[in-house]
Amino acid sequence: MATPASRHPGLSNGQAVDIQSLPIMATAGFLESVAQAVAQGMRVSAFFAQPLDQGRLRLWAILAQDSQSLLFPYCTDLEDAHYPALTPRCPQMHLFEREVCEQWGVEPRGHPWLKPVRFHAPYRQGQANAGSGSGNQVGVTDYFRVEGEEVHEVAVGPVHAGIIEPGHFRFQCHGEEVLHLEISLGYQHRGVERHLAAGPDRRSLHLAETLCGDTSIGHATAYCQALEALAGDQASARAQMLRGVALELERIANHVGDLGALAGDVGFLPVLSFCGRIRGDVLNMTGLLCGNRFGRRMVRPGGVGYDLDSAVAAELQKRLDILEKDLTVALDLLWGTSSVMARFEGTGAISGQTCKALGLVGPAARACGVERDIRWDMPAGIFQFAQIPVSTWGSGDVHARARVRWLETFRSIAFLREQLANLPAGEIRTPLGPLAPNHLAVALVEGWRGEICHVVTTDAKGNFSSYKVVDPSFHNWFGLAQALRNQQISDFPLCNKSFNLSYCGHDL
Amino acid sequence: MLDIILARMQQKHRTMKFPYGPAPQMPPRYLGRPAVMPGDCPSGCNICREVCPTGALGRQGRLGLDMGRCIFCGECAPVCPAQRLRFTQDHRLATGSRADLLVDSEVIRPASPLDAQRKRLFGRSLNLRQVSAGGCNACEADTNVLGTIGWDLGRFGIHFAASPRHADGLLVTGPVPANMRLGLLKTYEALPTPKLVIVVGACAISGGPFAGHEEVADGAGDLLPVDLYVPGCPPHPLTILDGLLRLLGRLPEPGKD
Ligand code: SF4
Ligand code: SF4
Repeated sequence: MATPASRHPGLSNGQAVDIQSLPIMATAGFLESVAQAVAQGMRVSAFFAQPLDQGRLRLWAILAQDSQSLLFPYCTDLEDAHYPALTPRCPQMHLFEREVCEQWGVEPRGHPWLKPVRFHAPYRQGQANAGSGSGNQVGVTDYFRVEGEEVHEVAVGPVHAGIIEPGHFRFQCHGEEVLHLEISLGYQHRGVERHLAAGPDRRSLHLAETLCGDTSIGHATAYCQALEALAGDQASARAQMLRGVALELERIANHVGDLGALAGDVGFLPVLSFCGRIRGDVLNMTGLLCGNRFGRRMVRPGGVGYDLDSAVAAELQKRLDILEKDLTVALDLLWGTSSVMARFEGTGAISGQTCKALGLVGPAARACGVERDIRWDMPAGIFQFAQIPVSTWGSGDVHARARVRWLETFRSIAFLREQLANLPAGEIRTPLGPLAPNHLAVALVEGWRGEICHVVTTDAKGNFSSYKVVDPSFHNWFGLAQALRNQQISDFPLCNKSFNLSYCGHDL
Repeated sequence: MLDIILARMQQKHRTMKFPYGPAPQMPPRYLGRPAVMPGDCPSGCNICREVCPTGALGRQGRLGLDMGRCIFCGECAPVCPAQRLRFTQDHRLATGSRADLLVDSEVIRPASPLDAQRKRLFGRSLNLRQVSAGGCNACEADTNVLGTIGWDLGRFGIHFAASPRHADGLLVTGPVPANMRLGLLKTYEALPTPKLVIVVGACAISGGPFAGHEEVADGAGDLLPVDLYVPGCPPHPLTILDGLLRLLGRLPEPGKD
């Protein structure tokens, strides 16, 4: 059969395409093409169902070929309410197939374990929730169990001990050793994606900003990029630069917070305190841009909500100097403390092979030595003109995930310095024209946790006909479960923090 | 050990003076307490309500802004032809009742202290259990920030407890998804009485950006007896701290400070 790449020339990040120009594949060919593409090293960035008229469904797969900076949208119109599952051939599909099944009642036959993802009512009336589990009562499902005389089960959550979002974790343990961790989420499900699909309306942008509120800039940028692609308009160079500044500030704030929290989880309180305070200072830098510490109001369709004058740019430069100095002292102390390193090194390791099979993204993938970064592989906006080197570390453990954050933080600081010194002139926001009807747009952004993917299709009137959000956490939660294999259960908090995944971004 | 001491000296003492000294300065673009300016709306004008994503603006008789619904997106003020909506730099947003969140003037109606009995119980030591029920992690993060050394919530005797059994009050964030309703109610029940309920963020007050979604309960207000409302999306840490300290009677009334 034809190689997948020959079917469509491929899209670049932030590009829209007329759906009528795309071949609608027969289901068998579609499945084969996806499997082949993944076998050839492409990644599944998104997989979802779009409702057509008369209850029919179209399955979409967005495949990313990082080496060529191209995205391949494949689609098929389903004839039946089932199809042969891809997961047995393609492990990174496991959660996507469960998701489509839960939402639309389409059964991927042969899926190893078809459990609910978010425990919500089916999207279509009169349709049963497929898969194992009793209806949509959250947390009530079959869990993987290990049997044996000295085996015990530990259940944690949904409500946790700190100020943390809810989720349920089940450990199968033999003594202190974790044989298996199962993560069951859905407690934060608030219908974001379903409501986005009814847009665009005056709430859509705000849903994008709050679907994962610690990544407001990342998700709002993806939303706006998709809209701009559909409208055929571009944000000005100045606006794109300002978005990039906000995105990197968001990355720095979260990475610094995570490094502090990692120190805290091994009981090294000085660095916890230093980094906690420094993180707040970085949030205040975002506050200086737009008045809100989480970057709300900053990214807007067609550009940004606020301009930056030279006085504020100078102030930010000054704060970057202080930030770099304080952070260097704090993190040198971290790396120089042998009791910290003893806990970080070798804990929760994942191999590069497992990382690729599961389709992990972001710092979690780069910590396995896998060079994967949307800013580099599929640059959009400012990253087409200003590149940040990809930060990797090979060991795949807690130490590597910490080191990648550390490298990225300093590289982001360097990027910010350069951008703030070279503000291009121009408008900050240009009004968008109407959205093209019957088009598909894909927007990817490298958020601080990894690849953010928004896929939008429009109907004949230019309204959304489907809206798919893939938060990096969707790819990475299973990585955390893998990292816990054969670890001490007491290392869970540390491993968990080294991923620091989003519950609300997953639950939507 | 020596390197820890040296690093500690380099990082300096960081806890803010507030409330015994000046409050930290808000960034110039911060949108704080809204004010509805006196005057009349042009007849038939509906522009602000058309842009508001959460239905926070109403005009029953007179123009009003519901801080409980407002996500401070700032869309409304610039479109008003009569300039009747303004966002001040004032961080004091927390109130003691849902009704006090309705702003129809420039007057501030901050939370008042607890009654004498509860103030005696909680005034000098308050342990809170935090439950995130569908929050986007921004309200959670800026609640968490109060524990960092800059804010040092512990100096007021306020702490976050790891178990509801050890807590005097519940601090809720998020619109309360159907999937978290039971978890929230069970946590509330597990707190010993008397107990406080504090709702932080537009979500927990009204559902915020998710209001009206059938997947959520539009906040905790209809589920639990609320003692303190802290609006914002998310509220600035200073707004949360201000609310907590007012509730405990540890800040002078506005105008008397
Ligand atoms: S600032 Fe508040 S009241 Fe104004 S439009 Fe936004 S949500 Fe509505
Ligand atoms: S009120 Fe706003 S910031 Fe707070 S949890 Fe809700 S959406 Fe997030």
